[in-house]
Amino acid sequence: MSGGLRRPTLFLRNVSKSYGQGEIAVHALREVDLLVERGDFVAVMGSSGSGKSTLMNVLGCLDVPTTGRYFLDGIDVADLDDYELAYVRNRKIGFVFQSFNLVPRTSALHNVELPLIYARVPRRERRVLAVEALDAVGLTHRMEHMPNELSGGQQQRVAIARAIVTAPALVLADEPTGNLDSASTVEIMHILSDLHAAGRTIVMITHEPEVAAQAKRVIHLVDGRVDSDRRTDSAPATTARLERDDSAEAVSA
Amino acid sequence: MSVLEAARMALHGVAANRLRSLLTMLGITIGVAAVIILVAVGHGSAVAVQKGIEGLGTNVVTIQPGGFGFGRGSGGNRSSFTQLTMKDVKALQDPSATPDVKSVTPVVTGSVAATFGSASYTPNQFIGTTPSYEEARKSPVAAGQFITQQQETAHSRVVVLGQTVVTNLFGGQDPLGQTIKLNGIGFQVVGVLAAKGTNGVQDQDDIAIAPLTTTQSLLTGVTGGLGQIIIEAKSSHQVNAAEAEATSILTPTHSSNGSANFRVLNQASLLQTTASTNQVFTVLLAAVAAISLLVGGIGVMNIMLVTVTERTREIGIRKAVGARRSDILAQFLSESVLLSVFGGAVGVAVGLLGSRFKLVGVQPAVEPYSVVLALAVGIAVGLFFGIYPANRAASLRPIDALRYE
Ligand SMILES: Nc1ncnc2c1ncn2[C@@H]1O[C@H](COP(=O)(O)OP(=O)(O)OP(=O)(O)O)[C@@H](O)[C@H]1O
Ligand SMILES: [Mg+2]
Repeated sequence: MSGGLRRPTLFLRNVSKSYGQGEIAVHALREVDLLVERGDFVAVMGSSGSGKSTLMNVLGCLDVPTTGRYFLDGIDVADLDDYELAYVRNRKIGFVFQSFNLVPRTSALHNVELPLIYARVPRRERRVLAVEALDAVGLTHRMEHMPNELSGGQQQRVAIARAIVTAPALVLADEPTGNLDSASTVEIMHILSDLHAAGRTIVMITHEPEVAAQAKRVIHLVDGRVDSDRRTDSAPATTARLERDDSAEAVSA
Repeated sequence: MSVLEAARMALHGVAANRLRSLLTMLGITIGVAAVIILVAVGHGSAVAVQKGIEGLGTNVVTIQPGGFGFGRGSGGNRSSFTQLTMKDVKALQDPSATPDVKSVTPVVTGSVAATFGSASYTPNQFIGTTPSYEEARKSPVAAGQFITQQQETAHSRVVVLGQTVVTNLFGGQDPLGQTIKLNGIGFQVVGVLAAKGTNGVQDQDDIAIAPLTTTQSLLTGVTGGLGQIIIEAKSSHQVNAAEAEATSILTPTHSSNGSANFRVLNQASLLQTTASTNQVFTVLLAAVAAISLLVGGIGVMNIMLVTVTERTREIGIRKAVGARRSDILAQFLSESVLLSVFGGAVGVAVGLLGSRFKLVGVQPAVEPYSVVLALAVGIAVGLFFGIYPANRAASLRPIDALRYE
């Protein structure tokens, strides 16, 4: 983090994404430019259908933009092959889906272990790490339960545990509190704040202003475009914060 | 991903989708078992018929009276008796006229009620014949001896019994030397035939054999014609020649209005005909079996494709958290191997077990090639339909796999 060659974690340049062609084409993203520094905590807001999930999928290397380029840690994602993409998804990114996306008929513990299996972590170690991650989201007592035996909030937490179990530098969360009551929302936000405090870069989609207020930067999408991009003042000033601000200004200048 | 890890994941996948796994396996099991059993039935019936015909002796030609049906005799110009007699036998036994004939055996057929003590039984076949019958019909005795020429000449009241008759009359007792009554007349049991089993039509052991002379005078009357004449050729190559010689001897005396009054049955050609009929039968059964394997395969494909939505999402999830294409393929390959090999093995077990029971009166005889073929095809089908959709899903971008419906 200190000086030297520091590249932004995420850098989108003129990214557009459209579905379909011709008359019926849906332009989910339009010429989006976005730069997210390492260690930032970004909230993405916008009305339903404004392209938030589409943006997140591109950031998570789950989908590719129609035009424009996306650099992750300075590397153009379009240059990566299937093998390298798998590596990136596995090690660099923790993704929390809007719809959880847990593997059905597979225990919470096993779901959380999944990324570790593909990271070739030995069985013993895998289990320890998975239990730790579940502990972090307060779900150790539901480890052996199947997804359909868990409440929406519990499934959401399993999904978060799965996203953080490999200790990725980047956590992308698509409405992690979308289905939760206020008490669970507070819990989840605690987890994300802790991750942020630990130096992770976090991008989170939310509809709720109170949730967005916990982030350090709020981006509004309207009809696939970045409509506003502002920093919040609530964050305590830290070294990391200052550094990040500098570079953010440098880039936007 | 290590083989162990892939195997563990496959086991987990199989256990997590029990019903689907079971149905997939069932499709393969039924297909494989059907092929094995049906081919075994086809082969079994071929074997049974073959054995039955061989039991009659393969180097022999049988001549029976009458017969406009299968007659082979060519036209003559003199009308004559329709009955076959000892005169015909004598004529056929002339070595200069029939150089390819080894023996000529007259046979008369009748029906008698046999009694021994309180037991009584009516053998399916009661025949009177000469000593050469033993060799011509390949009916050796297991104990005692066959009818001798001496007994033949002396009109001896002796009888040789088949195993079924022995069992019915004597139970566990030794029949040799005992006297049984045939239609009330005492006959001494001098021999017991070796068991021959069924020829597919009748029990060949349900028989009693007495000297021709005795039978003619005591039971059917001297004037009665012969039931058949068995002509044994000197070798299997000479059967057709022997048949031609016999036909040319009998035709002048046994035809009317240009058609023969006797029938000639050539065992070798009969064997050939049935063998080819059986070939058709077996091929037909194999085709039915192949169709059932195909149907099983389509069932497997159906189940695989029906669950592809769910599995495609799962693949999307796995890819999203960092699975490589090869990881996905290893997992699904292992799952398919597990299901189809296990399903195939159960199919082989069921097939072999099922082939041990008589089906529609046929004792199935398992053909090793059918086991290998069925297993190979079953496994190939399972693998293909297991991997093909998985491979397609694994090639998708994660987001497309996640959205697949
Ligand atoms: N696979 C797709 N095919 C066609 N159109 C799509 C597809 N995915 C998304 N869209 C369209 O793209 C637009 C943006 O969708 P996106 O899912 O990004 O919205 P969102 O902002 O996440 O909405 P929400 O808040 O409801 O989750 C929508 O108009 C949607 O209909
Ligand atoms: Mg969305």
